[in-house]
Amino acid sequence: MIAQYWSKSAIIRGMCRLILKLLSSLVFIIALCFGGFSHANAELSGDLILEARYFPETALFASQEELYTSVSAELEFVTSLLGNKDLTLSFTPFVRYDEHDDERSHADVRELLISYASGDWEWRVGVGKVFWGVTESQHLVDIINQTDFVEDIDTEDKLGQPMVNITWLQDWGTLNFFVLPYFRERTFPGVNGRLRTPLVVDTDNPQFRTATTVGFGPAQFESDIESGHVDGAIRLSGTVANFWDYGLYYFNGTAREPELIPQSSVNGPVLIPRYNQIQQVGLDVQATLDSWLLKLEAIARSGDPEDYQALVAGFEYTFFDLGQGFDVGVLLEYHHDTRGQTNNAIFQNDLFAGIRLGLNDEQSTELLAGGYLDFDNDSAFFRLEASRRIGAHFKASIQAQLFDISDVADPQFFIQQDDYVEFSLGYFF
Amino acid sequence: MKKTLIFLALLLWLNPLQAETAQERGLQIATAADQRHSGFADVTADLKMVLRDSKGNQAERELGSQRLEVQGDGDKVMLTFKAPADIRNTALLSHTHSLRADDQWLFLPSLKRVKRISSKNKSGPFVGSEFAFEDLSSQEVDKYRYKFLRNEPCGGMVCHVIERYPEYEHSGYTRQVVWVEREQLLVLRTDYYDRKNSLLKTLSVKGYQQYLGKHWRPAEMHMHNHQTKKSTTLYWSNYEFGTGLVDRDFVKDKLSRGR
Repeated sequence: MIAQYWSKSAIIRGMCRLILKLLSSLVFIIALCFGGFSHANAELSGDLILEARYFPETALFASQEELYTSVSAELEFVTSLLGNKDLTLSFTPFVRYDEHDDERSHADVRELLISYASGDWEWRVGVGKVFWGVTESQHLVDIINQTDFVEDIDTEDKLGQPMVNITWLQDWGTLNFFVLPYFRERTFPGVNGRLRTPLVVDTDNPQFRTATTVGFGPAQFESDIESGHVDGAIRLSGTVANFWDYGLYYFNGTAREPELIPQSSVNGPVLIPRYNQIQQVGLDVQATLDSWLLKLEAIARSGDPEDYQALVAGFEYTFFDLGQGFDVGVLLEYHHDTRGQTNNAIFQNDLFAGIRLGLNDEQSTELLAGGYLDFDNDSAFFRLEASRRIGAHFKASIQAQLFDISDVADPQFFIQQDDYVEFSLGYFF
Repeated sequence: MKKTLIFLALLLWLNPLQAETAQERGLQIATAADQRHSGFADVTADLKMVLRDSKGNQAERELGSQRLEVQGDGDKVMLTFKAPADIRNTALLSHTHSLRADDQWLFLPSLKRVKRISSKNKSGPFVGSEFAFEDLSSQEVDKYRYKFLRNEPCGGMVCHVIERYPEYEHSGYTRQVVWVEREQLLVLRTDYYDRKNSLLKTLSVKGYQQYLGKHWRPAEMHMHNHQTKKSTTLYWSNYEFGTGLVDRDFVKDKLSRGR
């Protein structure tokens, strides 16, 4: 079993190296094109980030490590097409190599999008990313893109989503139509990764494929055509009475969060993701009243395994300019989910309290720290993020996460030993 | 006795009039300057900021700026960062207002997130610079009360020196003293007094050029902070007028397209 994982990991490492090489040649070719055509409207930017995550507590599973180093690279190439500044092509490939976790070593096309703007209309075709929502401690209404879960458990990293998006801008608001012709499966940590379930979520074992399987992986789908199901969404957004920003949408398609179903495999028992068909209505509202930001996100979902409603509501209050331009914000957000303490409802009756510091200095020094308290079982998480620019091209970041979970029935009990601190240094160009 | 009474009556009669005149004259000049410099419809420009601390360390920012003139209210402004690279494509949309907080939306490109932000505080440092957003937004007449102080020579020209008092209750300043050159009514210098009424900053504006035969724009704006000894210089270039920008280019849904 170990040998099998090792050989698999060797292949994936090899593939990652190959992808890195391909990417670097791509950069070279693009750079050549720049030199050759010196296209006035083309831009190339990107980042290279070195990261070290240290887990000070003894791992729950023998296959896990204490220190994980990793490197990621992202490029962004944007150019106008046919000499028309309203017609643009953007391409954003991403790749990460992780020292230990084969599943965290991965590559993705974050964006490959042709955009066209004309008057009140905008069209986007290709692979893109869309964010919806207003709250900080959970991104409840955000649904278009699949979470790239191996990147971070905060669900802010997303996989590129194939889409046709049409935007209609009107004085009364903006209407967005989405046709999402291909579904992306969520990424999960591998057997050597931390922050994982006791049974590994198997996302690439071909053993579970049957004669009727359409896709490549073991994942199960409610839809007969699996990840080929065409999802869709329509969203109305705008600002009313100057102070109220809102978004209201209807989504029909494949749930982004899978159910995890235990199965036995040649590698022992694993979890197999199952993606159901859902209909969801989502609302986000923010009132901006001087130093107060009042925020609400709410969803109502129907579909397997159960219908439910959830919300997160709260505020952010900022104390401005406390000497030298220093800003301090306090955040309070309450989470509710009608499913209660079941597998997928992590934020069923929780409170988040946080603080945000903005130094407004030359280095854009920022800090956001906060704790989540679960009222039903007293478990708590603490999270801290801080960053500071160094010179013109570097940025140093620190992230820490602590888990205090004593209730074995808590769906996140398995990460109780996974407190970590992460240091990263990025080069941006 | 009779003479004294006449003198006193004259004094009572003249004094308020004189005070009114100074205020009226200040307002008159501000109104004339506003009329002279309005009617540009829209303008785009590139902006480079050079930040210097008291030890002489430098940091730079590069931005693209789009401005839409709004009649009867503050202008709409879209700022898109080009450097430093870690905040590249970060964009800030502002619907500015004279007497209340601006409406501001921030676009964070890594998350593709548009955030409505509180802009009650217009006087904090803008991206670590010595400029506050309040110093960069359009100079609407109703933003201040005015008082004409004097005329005095300024760099080979003659300037109106006017004191103005911000009407916005959360302004970072008690007053500003503005040197307005008399021919074209261009601001050459502004002294900013903080909430404690002590001298905080001095803005010097240089390199005015006329575009399309009517619109005057500066090439350089230097802000010196007397209290921290830090300074910031803004270098403006590539001014373009009448680029066809419309209201709908300044809505939050356009932020992600920042150019």
